[in-house]
Amino acid sequence: MELLFAAPALPLDEAGKYVAAAYLVFLALLLIYLAIMAMRLQRIDRELSELAELAERSSGRNEEQVEQVDA
Amino acid sequence: MSFKAPRILPVLTVAVLTAGFVLVFFYAPNDADQGFVQKIFYLHVPLGIMALVGFMIAAVQSILHLRSGDPKWDVRSYVSIHISIIFGLAVLITGSIWARASWGKWWVWEEPTLVSFLIVFLLYCTYYPLRYAIEDRERQARYASVFAITAGAFVPLNFMAVRLAETLVHPRVFATSEGGLPPKMMFTFLVCIAGAALLWETLIRYELAAKTSRAKLSRLRRALGGDGVSTGGSRIAPVPREGEA
Repeated sequence: MELLFAAPALPLDEAGKYVAAAYLVFLALLLIYLAIMAMRLQRIDRELSELAELAERSSGRNEEQVEQVDA
Repeated sequence: MSFKAPRILPVLTVAVLTAGFVLVFFYAPNDADQGFVQKIFYLHVPLGIMALVGFMIAAVQSILHLRSGDPKWDVRSYVSIHISIIFGLAVLITGSIWARASWGKWWVWEEPTLVSFLIVFLLYCTYYPLRYAIEDRERQARYASVFAITAGAFVPLNFMAVRLAETLVHPRVFATSEGGLPPKMMFTFLVCIAGAALLWETLIRYELAAKTSRAKLSRLRRALGGDGVSTGGSRIAPVPREGEA
């Protein structure tokens, strides 16, 4: 354990890659999360379109039934 | 139950996070002992704090769920744990990178801070199989709430136990005999904490908005009788009751 304490500060060129890696990991996780959210949003949008189509079809059927009753 | 996606919050989050990172690299001085690699601290610690605070917030939300029986608290608790686990994953990865740079090892098993955080993280990872294992929505929500409360109580206990531990390699920053952080570092750190808190809240709001939209879609599908249309529906989030949306 004492050896760990005694480890000297890394030079900038050596430390820089570790700092960059840590911040890039954060950025990558954030981007992955945003990508997943975007995919979910696309799915919701697609399903909403399908439901809108279904609603239009069912409203069309209702209108036909009303016309038949009127006739 | 209705959760709307926030408008100003994401802008504020990006602004504060950017300001925080600018301060980290252009304002805060390099650490006398660790040098440049200490910059990881401003990312690693705020994420860790928010992950643990998030787990405790989930416990409070679960208490509210058990007291009121309102499913919205169960959904909030679920989402809080979900986002906190993502933060926890970031903490473990950034911590490992920092450990490799500072100590020459990716992981130190003798270090209570690291191991205890891993235990808390793994404990919360079992939250998902627990929920998925129960079919009945109400039982699922109840059991998940009990889990969140128990695990949430474990978080501060664990934190205190670690503070009392003597064999520490992991640095202690606050309330130390050396006086803690210098003002410039402290200011930068506080901005980074604010950024992490805002990010946590923003992601929570978006996740809740997505869950609400899916629940509304499921209700719409049922109302239209469109069994052929698959809205998937969340296996976890309870569908809002009539009149709640």
